[in-house]
Amino acid sequence: MNTKDKIWRAFIRKPMALVGLGMLLVVILMAVIGPFFAPYDPNQRVDVQPSDILAPPDAQHWLGRDDAGKDVLSLLIYGARVSLIVGFVSAFFSMLIGTVVGLAAGYFGGRVNNILMRITDFLMVIPDLPLMLVIVSVWGRGLWKIIFVIVLLHWTYTARLVRSQVISIKERQYVMRARSMGASDVRIITKHILPQVLPLIFAQAVLDISSSIIAESTLSFLGLGDPTLISWGMMLNFAFERAISRMAWWFLLPPGIAIVWVSLSIILIGNALEELLNPRLKTHHLFDPRRMIAIQAPVESAHSESEATG
Amino acid sequence: MQRRDYLLKKIFFAIVTLIAVVVFNFFLFRILPGDPVKLIIHSPRMTKEAQAKIRQNFGLDKPVWWNQEEFLTDGLVGGLDTQFTAYLVNLTKGDLGISFANRQDVSEILKERVWKTLILIGLGTVLAILIGVGLGMLAAWRRGSRLDTALLLIGLFTWAMPTFFFGIILLMLSGGIFPIGGMVSPGLKPEDGLKYWLDIGHHLVLPTVTLTILYMSEYMLIMRSSVVEVLSEDFILTAKAKGLNAFQIFRDHALKNAMLPMVTIIALTLGYTVGGAIQVETVFSWPGLGRLMFEAVQKRDYPVLQGVFLLLAVSVIIANLLADMLYAVLDPRVKPE
Repeated sequence: MNTKDKIWRAFIRKPMALVGLGMLLVVILMAVIGPFFAPYDPNQRVDVQPSDILAPPDAQHWLGRDDAGKDVLSLLIYGARVSLIVGFVSAFFSMLIGTVVGLAAGYFGGRVNNILMRITDFLMVIPDLPLMLVIVSVWGRGLWKIIFVIVLLHWTYTARLVRSQVISIKERQYVMRARSMGASDVRIITKHILPQVLPLIFAQAVLDISSSIIAESTLSFLGLGDPTLISWGMMLNFAFERAISRMAWWFLLPPGIAIVWVSLSIILIGNALEELLNPRLKTHHLFDPRRMIAIQAPVESAHSESEATG
Repeated sequence: MQRRDYLLKKIFFAIVTLIAVVVFNFFLFRILPGDPVKLIIHSPRMTKEAQAKIRQNFGLDKPVWWNQEEFLTDGLVGGLDTQFTAYLVNLTKGDLGISFANRQDVSEILKERVWKTLILIGLGTVLAILIGVGLGMLAAWRRGSRLDTALLLIGLFTWAMPTFFFGIILLMLSGGIFPIGGMVSPGLKPEDGLKYWLDIGHHLVLPTVTLTILYMSEYMLIMRSSVVEVLSEDFILTAKAKGLNAFQIFRDHALKNAMLPMVTIIALTLGYTVGGAIQVETVFSWPGLGRLMFEAVQKRDYPVLQGVFLLLAVSVIIANLLADMLYAVLDPRVKPE
């Protein structure tokens, strides 16, 4: 059985991971085929009666109507696309940039490392949200601009993770051996180092999907979302400005719950992956190992004798 | 590493970062699409002469980086007669420009607002650290127990929760028990003494609870994994072999080593806390820097936006430097002389 199968088997044995996977599938379905089944098309003009505005839920509108008389459920379904696109695309680019920078800094060391790490230090020390607010409000609102600022601030985490892994791996014997046999830098990196780091990069990227989704919804809530697209953060922006005084919970709660739902699902998956893949979390000298196995299935415990109990 | 070298390195980095922020701040607002004068002048009927006057007043008639014309006649001093130099000179004088929205001095506005944010962030962070570190130790100590799982779930849940949405939920749930917006009830003045301060405390409850609960989990999760990680080190096994009991090992070996990364983490999360304050202040109309930033974004009030950004970034950089200094004192690996 290869490592990938092993990880997958251990992964699906974790209840939290399964719950997360199920929750995420629901949202993906909603984003992909949801709009075909949505009861109304939010982009269509509707004739609104005064009584339709912020009307509470009824048989035709299961989640009531918003401040423009539109069906909240349909808005919610359409909004799933923006969140998922921003989440996945941002995480993908953060992963790409972070991996390249981390590999370069860790492998080549010296001046390359210094320059790259000072840049990540700089980006890590600047407060995220104020920087995003300033850039987007100066540059203008748009989906790709939002993705750009999220990536700008998020790749640093992957870069640091990859760098620290590469530094320890490149001193290992099989890498030394490959080098002594004349393997090129590119070959050593792609054949010997990258495969070792890839699982952790993947876990980090999964977690980054969730923080990207939250970042997008925060920007949208603060009024800097893409004005041409329906997103959950934007719905909350409207709801907070116009519906909170009337306590229209049917407009306020669903988009927020949707954001929590999707990011929680991703965090559950990412957390399970990280626990499986991070070797540092495996041993624990103070506790009864049988108990650990209960929450960490794949760990072969090295220290089975223990009198201390948790 | 010698403590002095370590500190010098950190101070040097902080200074470079500060310079970078100042330059970035200048640069960003110069690449604004369109003419900055058009942003100030809302009326199209303004004459050419008046526009030129404004341009001159704001120093916008000068070149951005380098004044070649003046350099040829006046030498280096003339060459530096630029927008960038003017920006730096104004900055050292504490002059951050004038708000587009209400024509007030930006630095005056900031001065009036900064302590309100400090109260909120300070109180929220201290509570979050105390409760979070405590719960994190508890979770690591009872790792695998039901309590640990429950705390972990709470942690993951708040991690998935956008700060502003949690604030909105609390706002809806509070149902008039606590004031939902502002800092003080209308009509109360500082001269009212105790009553005034109690009223502010009353208004502080919801925003502080929001910040505390959300940031507490962050510290809790980090503290938990930090302690768990330390417990997997070989020196814990050695301590056990020496015959120390679990509690002694935990107190003397695990906690000490787990607390160290916390100092760095607390400093690093300060940037997030600032972001949280922007959201919380927006939701609860708390009249601090965060709310100011939100309003500036709404009104496209660039001088204010620039000023708040600069102040927040500089404060976080300095706070990080202080944390690094604290780290140097606490970490035995950084040797004093």
